This record gives sequence, structure tokens and C-alpha cells, in this order.
Amino acid sequence: MRSAAAIANDVKSGATSAEAETRISLEAIRAHNDKLNVFLFVDEVGALEAARRVDERLSAGDAVGPLAGVPVALKDNMCQRGVPTTAGSRILEGWLPPYNATVIDRVLAAGAVPMGKTNMDEFAMGSSTETSAYGPTRNPLDPSRVPGGSSGGSAAAVADDMTPISLGSDTGGSIRQPAALCGLVGVKPTYGLVSRYGLIAFASSLDQIGPFAKNVTDAALLLEVISGHDPMDSTSLPEPSPSLVDHLDDGVAGKKIGLVRELYEGADDDVIASVHRAVEALRDAGATIVELSIPELRLGLSAYYLIAPAEASSNLARYDGVRYGLRVNADDVAAMNEATRTAGFGAEVKRRIMLGTYALSAGYYDAYYGQALKVRTQMIDAFRRAYQEADLLIGATAPSVAFKFGAKTDNPLAMYLSDVYTIPTNLAGDPAMSVPFGTGEGGLPVGVQLLGPGRSEAQLFAASRVLEVADGRS
Amino acid sequence: MTLPNDWEMVIGLEVHTELKTVTKMFCGCANVFGSDANTNICPVCLGLPGSLPVLNVHAVDLAMAIGIALHSTIASSTFHRKNYFYPDMPKDFQISQYDLPINSGGYLDLPDGSRVSIERAHLEEDTGKSTHLGGSGRIQGADRSLVDYNRSGVPLVEIVSGPDIRSSAQARAYASELRGILIATGASDGRMEEGSMRMDANVSVRKPGAPLGTRCEIKNLNSLRSLQRAIDFEALRQVELIGSGGTVRQETRHWDEQRGETSTMRTKEEAEDYRYFREPDLVDLAPDQAWQDRIRSSLGQMPAERRAVLLARLDDPTSSQLDALEVVVDLGFDALVISAIDAKIDPSIALARAANELAAGIDNIASLTTEAFIAALKMEQDGELSATQAKTVLLEILQHGGDPRTVASAKGFEQFSSDSLGATVAELITQFPDEWSRYREGDEKLAQFFIGQVMKLTSGKANGKSVIAELQARR
Repeated sequence: MRSAAAIANDVKSGATSAEAETRISLEAIRAHNDKLNVFLFVDEVGALEAARRVDERLSAGDAVGPLAGVPVALKDNMCQRGVPTTAGSRILEGWLPPYNATVIDRVLAAGAVPMGKTNMDEFAMGSSTETSAYGPTRNPLDPSRVPGGSSGGSAAAVADDMTPISLGSDTGGSIRQPAALCGLVGVKPTYGLVSRYGLIAFASSLDQIGPFAKNVTDAALLLEVISGHDPMDSTSLPEPSPSLVDHLDDGVAGKKIGLVRELYEGADDDVIASVHRAVEALRDAGATIVELSIPELRLGLSAYYLIAPAEASSNLARYDGVRYGLRVNADDVAAMNEATRTAGFGAEVKRRIMLGTYALSAGYYDAYYGQALKVRTQMIDAFRRAYQEADLLIGATAPSVAFKFGAKTDNPLAMYLSDVYTIPTNLAGDPAMSVPFGTGEGGLPVGVQLLGPGRSEAQLFAASRVLEVADGRS
Repeated sequence: MTLPNDWEMVIGLEVHTELKTVTKMFCGCANVFGSDANTNICPVCLGLPGSLPVLNVHAVDLAMAIGIALHSTIASSTFHRKNYFYPDMPKDFQISQYDLPINSGGYLDLPDGSRVSIERAHLEEDTGKSTHLGGSGRIQGADRSLVDYNRSGVPLVEIVSGPDIRSSAQARAYASELRGILIATGASDGRMEEGSMRMDANVSVRKPGAPLGTRCEIKNLNSLRSLQRAIDFEALRQVELIGSGGTVRQETRHWDEQRGETSTMRTKEEAEDYRYFREPDLVDLAPDQAWQDRIRSSLGQMPAERRAVLLARLDDPTSSQLDALEVVVDLGFDALVISAIDAKIDPSIALARAANELAAGIDNIASLTTEAFIAALKMEQDGELSATQAKTVLLEILQHGGDPRTVASAKGFEQFSSDSLGATVAELITQFPDEWSRYREGDEKLAQFFIGQVMKLTSGKANGKSVIAELQARR
């Protein structure tokens, strides 16, 4: 499939139409969706309507946005008016949101065509898309393997050329890890850069929406469109969208890039080899490499698995059978709540709700949640010190290439370790992105992770572009 | 009520007041009472998946106004989530303030001179309203529960007093004074019957000077009368329980207005663990000095001050004047009464008409101008209208507007001029010589006889006071 940038150019020039591009995307989805289980809902009618609106504007000579006629896939935790939205859970089966998430309004305003809702780990809790109530998504590069998660469907949609770009959400690595496992560019922006309004919350202080794309330019285009202040989200940053596309070729000459031991130690050899080759590529492009150790990062996973479940236990309380979604009737309201939640939530969601409830309970708060908040503060301080040593940091995105189905489902802790390199930036609120660099076991892609201080997206994209060129991807 | 055997009540009150904002606390839905069920709702106040709260700045204005009026310290504050399941709470958590409330400390002085300390006055959101059909009317055992989410997300301030109150009457006076302050700050309409102000009472008993006893919290008292009755019942229950060898259990109790008694809702062991934690969807609330100053300078006088101002205009006030003064200040008619006194109206007349007729017509008070109020009272004072007629004229103006003189003549209230009244009285004196001589000898009861005769002749249009004046002039 052609890039989003190319499609938008051709749509604007009249070489193709939004409707034609939408039909190509629909055809691609139809061809493989049964096999790969990428989309939970394909919005054929809505997509064609949106495409025709773009074409009508063009024929009327009205301005169209930077993503005119570009098909985009949406993770199923973003509310879209009248479109089934489940967050991968039975408990929301059949629910039709009456409103649009801010990001959906923004991609529509940019002329993009939302194609439907992609599969995900239930409420974004997972790293393989295996916890979805609607079955796992298969990795298009090797259907016996997972695409990563939780945004596995959005990653697979782009990897399988169903859409050139897609949106995911990243709470502890849920964009970057599937991007790495599917050979894509995936970005977790600075917390507050992209509005969370309409994103079904997992852990509010960590969740952030971001783009998937096959190349750095498309990811930049999409991130520019969805970012910028939103009055509907109190945690939204006040500044307008950053300028990314214009700075893609800024390079890394003169930049100091820190190779962080804790961000690759314990990874498979093929992954570590890719990280080292990426470091060499950056050095070749004029960057200075400094080797750093940030021991605090080792505490990230433990802190995350207290903070995220604690917030989730509260965020997911509303699924009680009273107002929407699943209801399992029982003798009284409390019994109905219990029966509904018992039937509606999967095992991983229940595990995290219990973990989080426990961490916040009287008598345990200080030892667990309170302690995790202190670790989070330490993490923020540690990153701040690191960014006095280096402009950007580099490491691995995930410890291994895409793994086989079932490889980690019996051992939650092994699954949680998939996110050990990605979690610290969520705790710090900083941006990070995964860029494919080289291949590993079985020719599968490896992702390297670039990290930067808050609002450093332009620098991250420029460095990613250097890696993309060095890896022979453009 | 006093407790037997020297027992002393120790009471602390938690008062929830709905703030009179145009929109709700975290969304743009209308904050109005009495709409059709579930019409003022949106994704945010329904807690739909993905929705996020955005703080209404006007709610902060009003919360600070309350804090300033209660002499609280305003500080940088945070929001927390209070987690528990209840069908009328759409997110199954309530956004409230916890360890860092917007207003801390302060006090409220009561008309009797006592002072009650304020621990805090914090912001939180209201829940929806449940109606349980069948069974006892409570959620347990109901056949059906209906929920109206119009109230969900309405801004509230919860004002927590120290355990300083020592009688149910003082509790009532505190609640009443607080209500006056909430109205005066513009924070609330004070309509308790609409649930704008709801109270929980923490009650314990002890012997004076002894350590605090175990307290029980009585929930959801919705009138001053219920508050006082519930506290009296509960304090006596505790004294009798202790007297019969029992011990008070810390628990939350329900007040049954019909039966006039409290009963156990849940014990301390059954109390919820609310798992408070910082609301990650909101940022810190740190009103700067300029914002605080703006609210401070926009505040008018509080009721205590206004009572003092009005009191200063009364010479040697009678107890009925003092009672009327309370009502007048409470209803916000004190400026009107002061204008009337300035216009040389007898303060007794001004206070009485404001405390009675204006109070009765308060819903239409906008149709009465200060000028019309003064003019009507002047006609009464000058004998052009009887007291009954003046009341009728005021009530008529409150209902339909208009000018007192026009209304009086439309009602046929033209009084006799003093000349024609004099002639009528003179005629009656000749007609009833025996009665007249008894009156002249000091039998004041005969005045009523002559007034009755005058009224008969004039079809009730004469002014009784003017008749007495005529009689006395001829005595």
C-alpha cells in the first residue's frame, strides 16, 4: 500500500479519489480480516460516506486536510458516534457511543477516512492481543505469532496494508511494542499532547493516544493532526500541535544520544544487536553516543503494576450493568452488578481490578500505591538527570521479536516483562517511539526505542528518520 | 431539649449545599431543579466510557465565597476519587476533595453569641437521584429502582463543622445561620425542600468535661425541624442505652421522619473503604491571590452584619420586632425595610409587612418596587388604608404588579377623609349617648363598639386607628 502522504497528495491532485482509496482499503480488509482478526467492526457505510464528503469538498474547490482520503484504522477503545465500541470486552458488547473522541473529530477534519475499529487486549490490558474477548489478532508477518499489544489490531492493520496509518493507545507500551513486533513506526507522545477525551480509560495518568505508520513521515503527519490543546481534557497541554514534518530531516548531528543499559539488558541477542547497529548509525550521522545507566528504571515495572491497576480499578467501576453494555439480571442491584462484572470481564481484567483495589485499600495504600507514587517521582527525577547528559536516549522496544501464541499466557509476569523497556516513559509522561531497525529470529522485525524529554517529539522524529534511512527503508 | 442526669450532647454537622451555577461541575449541562427526568445529561455527567471532567470555574468562585464568609483559609487543593458502587453514581466513584480541600478552618458566629468552628468546606459533585419502588422505599428489597441523572454532577460544597455544638437548638441555629450565609454569598438558593441543602449530624453524648463519647452519624436530614428532632431522639437514645448498661456502637443511622426515630443503616464494620486517590483526570486547583481578592471584594454583607445594621435603626425594639427582623434579613428584605424607615415609615409597620406579606409573596417579589412598598406603607400610616387593606394591596401588587393608589381605588379602598369620618363619629355620639359617656369615663372597650358602628356605616372602608383618633379628640 502506498504511504498516507502519497495517497493524500494524489487525492488532492485528483489522480485518485477518497472513495477509490477507501474501496482499496475495504478490499484489503475483506481479503484478510477473517484470517487475521484485525477489525472488530468494519464501518463500510461510514467510511464511504466520509470519503464522499472529502471528494465533494474537492470537487467544490473547498480546502481539504493533510490526510485527505487516507484510510485510518482506530483502536476499539476510541469512542466513535454510532459505531460499536467495545474496548475488546464483552461488557461493552453492542454499545454505541453517542459521541466522538476528540482524535476522531480531528482525523475527520483532516480528511482521513475512519475504516473501523481494531482488535485489542481487553481494556488495553495485555501485550499480545490475546486477552481480547473477541479472539486474538494474528501477526500478518507470521500468523502463528502475536502482533503484540494491546494495540495489536491497529498494528496489524498497517502491517497487512489494510490501512496506511492507524491510531493506538499506549499506557505501558501498547503502541511501541506492537509496532516493534509488526515492523512499524509507533509513537507514544508526551502525556497531554493528544487529547484523551473519548478514549476509554485504562490508567488515566498513563494513557496516551498515538500513531502507527509504515514510515516516519506518515507517523509525523498523523501525530500533527491529532495533537494540540483540547478544552475537553483537563490534562491536555496548552500548546498547539508541534511542527514535525518540517523537521524530519533535521538529522542528529551534534546531538548527544544516551544508550541506556537498563533499556536493553536481558533482551534477546538479536534485539541487542539491532540496538547496537542503530547506535552506530546514529554515530555515523554525527551524533555523540554516551553510555548511561539509570538504575531507577528497574523499578518501573513494579510501580506500573500498582499504579495502572489502581487507576483501572476505579476507571472500570462504571461497567456495572446499570446504564449501558452487558447486564446480567439478578435479585437485587448489588447482585446484578456482581453477576454482570463476573460475566463481562475476562481473567486479566479481573486480575488487575483486584490488584488495584488491593493496592488502594485502607491499610495497604501506603505500602503499595503510595510507595509506587514515590517510585514514579524517582523515575521522573532520574530521567531529568539523564536528559542533562543526553538529548535523547536509546534502547530496545521489546525484549524479543514477535512470540508465538500462548507462549506467555500462562505466566502473567512473563507477559508483563514484554513492556519492561516501554513502561518507564509512561510513568515519566515523556515521549518515546519505536522504529524498525534490522531483523532478528526468523527474519522478524526488531524495534529500537528512542526516548526524549517532554515535548521533544520533533527531535525524536528526526532521529527516527536517520534510522529509517540507515536501515534502507526509504 | 435537655438530657437527663447532666448528660451533654456533642454535635458536629456536615452540610451539603448545591451551588447555584448555571452549568454542572464538570460539564456544560444545565444545573436546574425540576426538569423531566434524564434530560439534563451528557456523556460526562453520565460517566460514559471515555468522557472526562473539566472543572467549572464558577463553582470554584462560589466555593471560595463560602470559604471567605466562614473565615476559612483558601489554599491550593486537589481532587480525589471516592470509590463505591451505587446506581445513581454513574462512574461508581464521586469526585471530591480529600486531604487538601479548597477551604480549611474557619468559624461561624451564631446570633446567640456562640461560635462554631469550621473544619473544612470542600468541593464535590452530586450524585443522581434514585427512587426505589416497592418494599421499604430503600434500595434493599425494592421491586424497581429508577434513577434520574439530572442531578448527577451538580456542584456541591460540603461544610464540616467541628464537634462544638452542644444542643439540638444550637444545631438548628447553626444550620439556619449557615443557610443565610449560603444565600447571601449567592452560592445557594437555600431551598431545603428541593434538596439544595442536606445535612448529616454526628451525635454523641458525655458528661461535661469527659472525653468524647462514641458518635453516630445521622444521614440525610432535609429540614431544620428534622435536624432538631433527629438529634434529640438520637441523643436520648444514646443516654438511655448507656443508662441501661449498653454501649453506643459507631454507626451510620437513618432518620425516619414519620416515626420520629433513627435506625441503623450500617455499622462501622460494614462501612465502605472508599479507596480515595488523586483524580488523575483533573489538575490541581490553586486559586491565586488575584482570584481570591476578586471573590472577596464581590461579597456583600453577611446576615449577622445585616441584622446589626437593621437593629441599629430600631429604638428599643420589641420582641415581635426582633422576630420580624430575623425573618426580614433571612429573606433578604432588609434593604427594603431600611429604605422604608428612611422614608419615615414606622419600623414596626415596615418590619411586619415585610416579614408577613412580602414573605408570603416572595416568589413574585420582583414585581414590587421599593417605591410601591413605601407608598403602600405610607397610605397605611396616614390612615388612608386600614392594616387589612394595606396587606391586601401589597399582596395584590405582588401578584399582578401595579401602583398602590391605583390598586387601592380599584379595590374600593378609598377611605373617608378625616372630615367625613369626623362627621360620622359626631353623628354616632349623638345616636349612642350612653355608650359615649361610658367611653368618656374610661371604658376603653367601647372604642371597639364605635369602630364597629363606623365600619357598618362605611362598609368597612374606614381605618380603625383613625376612628380611635377621632373619638379621643372628642373625649
